[in-house]
Amino acid sequence: MSVNTEPKLSTARLVARLGLVVVAMFGFGYVMVPIYDVFCDITGLNGKTSDEVATAPVIVDTSRTVTVEFDATLNEYMQWEFAPEVHKVTVHPGELKTVNYRVRNRMDQDVNGQAVPSVAPGQAAEYLKKTECFCFTQQTLKAGEVRDMPVTFFIDPALPDDVHVVSLSYTFFDLAKLASHP
Amino acid sequence: MSEATTHDAHDHHDHGPAKGLMRWVTTTNHKDIGTLYLLFSLLMFFVGGAMAMVIRAELFAPGMQIVDPYFFNQMTTNHALIMIFGAVMPAFVGLANWLLPMMIGAPDMALPRMNNWSFWILPFAFSMLIGTLFMDGGAPAAGWTIYPPLVLQTGDAFPFMIFAIHMMGISSVMGAINVIATILNMRAPGMTLMKMPLFVWTWLITAYLLIAVMPVLAGAVTMLLTDKYFHTSFFTAAGGGDPVMYQHIFWFFGHPEVYILILPAFGIVSQIIPTFARKQLFGYSSMVYATASIAFLSFIVWAHHMFTVGMPVAGELFFMYATMLIAVPTGVKVFNWVSTMWKGSMTFETPMLFALGFVVLFTIGGFSGLMLAIAPSDFQYHDTYFVVAHFHYVLVTGAIYAIMAGTYYWLPKWTGHMYNETLGKWHFWLSTITVNILFFPQHFLGLAGMPRRIPDYSVQFAEFNMISSIGGFAFGLSQLMFAYIVISTIRGGKKASDQVWDGAKGLEWTLPSPPPYHSFTEAPEVK
Repeated sequence: MSVNTEPKLSTARLVARLGLVVVAMFGFGYVMVPIYDVFCDITGLNGKTSDEVATAPVIVDTSRTVTVEFDATLNEYMQWEFAPEVHKVTVHPGELKTVNYRVRNRMDQDVNGQAVPSVAPGQAAEYLKKTECFCFTQQTLKAGEVRDMPVTFFIDPALPDDVHVVSLSYTFFDLAKLASHP
Repeated sequence: MSEATTHDAHDHHDHGPAKGLMRWVTTTNHKDIGTLYLLFSLLMFFVGGAMAMVIRAELFAPGMQIVDPYFFNQMTTNHALIMIFGAVMPAFVGLANWLLPMMIGAPDMALPRMNNWSFWILPFAFSMLIGTLFMDGGAPAAGWTIYPPLVLQTGDAFPFMIFAIHMMGISSVMGAINVIATILNMRAPGMTLMKMPLFVWTWLITAYLLIAVMPVLAGAVTMLLTDKYFHTSFFTAAGGGDPVMYQHIFWFFGHPEVYILILPAFGIVSQIIPTFARKQLFGYSSMVYATASIAFLSFIVWAHHMFTVGMPVAGELFFMYATMLIAVPTGVKVFNWVSTMWKGSMTFETPMLFALGFVVLFTIGGFSGLMLAIAPSDFQYHDTYFVVAHFHYVLVTGAIYAIMAGTYYWLPKWTGHMYNETLGKWHFWLSTITVNILFFPQHFLGLAGMPRRIPDYSVQFAEFNMISSIGGFAFGLSQLMFAYIVISTIRGGKKASDQVWDGAKGLEWTLPSPPPYHSFTEAPEVK
């Protein structure tokens, strides 16, 4: 090659550096996973509620009411019946409330399930606190078993004033079928 | 092309290409590899185009008539994957291979053996992808964005699609590293960065985008793979994952990707318009900075593809304003092209027609992009045919028009033969009329609420869909002319002069037409 202006980096070193960028960016894709989790924890971006058991509230804000709606969904492989007893309740922020979900295993075998909650709007997720929830642990239902599963919650009085309706949605997953799809 | 090169290589220090078929398998010559890339891309253009014809045939009338819905979804998915990764990207890499060394006065690409490998991975990747059509459970059908959880329901095709995407990624990353090494280390003396032709500049920036985001896509699809087969829960809610996170990772790749598909097109048009306006490119340095700004901004706008996932208002506003900001450097480019033509002595040969078609029609696509950027109205447009109309205006009449303009522009240089100008003009006018019949009505369909990726529709959409399908068939047929013109020009034709176009400037036009197998073995003098 007859280029007489010497390049700053030899081709080998340049390629090595570019290769490093490629490897780093592959890693960055994976680093986005924990970054996203932390970001969502702070902002409530993905509507995930806290897994921790909340302590009961002290003050009740009787000056306003919030409507809480309940939703139940089954993941595609889940052979249960799953529905809330009531579809909505109206509460004061800080007021403790218990709502039951009726669950029935339609299978002739025991099934191990996990309910995953989601709150809309996402910004309200961190203000919906649960003192008791069937979603905190895995639930095993025997063949044909019916059970009422309670969730006890309150709305944090710090909930922004412009939120009047909060939807709490649960999806039940069959843990056995989850890992390997047929 | 090969024959012509062999016969005309009369330089003493030069040795021609090897004989026989193995020449193409073992070649490390940038011109051979460029040709391979371009022919492969042409082939994929027709494969992807055939799938588009199936889609338009099914949508010709409401109701289900030709294919079942699942196969329809396989067609939309594979049409997109093949057109993006098989037609547009390899065409740009082919143009880069042919032109970058000749434009900067280098004898070849910096890493010729890796160059061979970059190309030869592709036929295997696409055989794997297209082969999934014949598997149990059919080809992938979850859209080119392959969102979980839907994509995890793909049958046997799933790992084949993932590994095909890995291979495409490896191919483009190697191609990009090669381009950067060539441009940074192989320029002829005197060819400073700010003297480089704009096609070289846009490719340098595109190459950086490629090495930054293709690995992110590789990571995302690897997560899908482990979610399906190795019990991880990156995107499975039951295991603590979140399917929306996939969308964030995907579009962190996906948005820079759309600029990977358009920046080299900007470069091609910036070469062609000055030639046929017989004026220097207006605002050369602003063009360079505009390209760099677009590339930078492309990293901070990804969530405008997912306004409807339930983001906080602050997020919607940020991504809305950041997206609209991209219109500024893009506007700089459009106005520079127009200013280049201002008071120029313009002639309208086929490359110029396609370049002008690009400027007008790409701008329409840009404007519909601005409409989509407005977060509150995007809730209405999201996942409708308006989005389909938008990205086909920027990709078909944008990227593909630029590739065709570039092909007509440099084909005489590559082959030594002039193409048939009359046929070229016919090709342009047929394409331009039919492509608008094809895609313009889709704006109306989208605004009226017709969803994309659905094989059936409500009867009020019938007329516009029929018009669009007729345009689609006519556009598809018109492209056969392109294949005919290119192949007949390779096989023979009127002898082209070295400069080819009387307004053409740049090192590639100082070489004979066709250029010898090895060009610029002695670096040229750049003033």
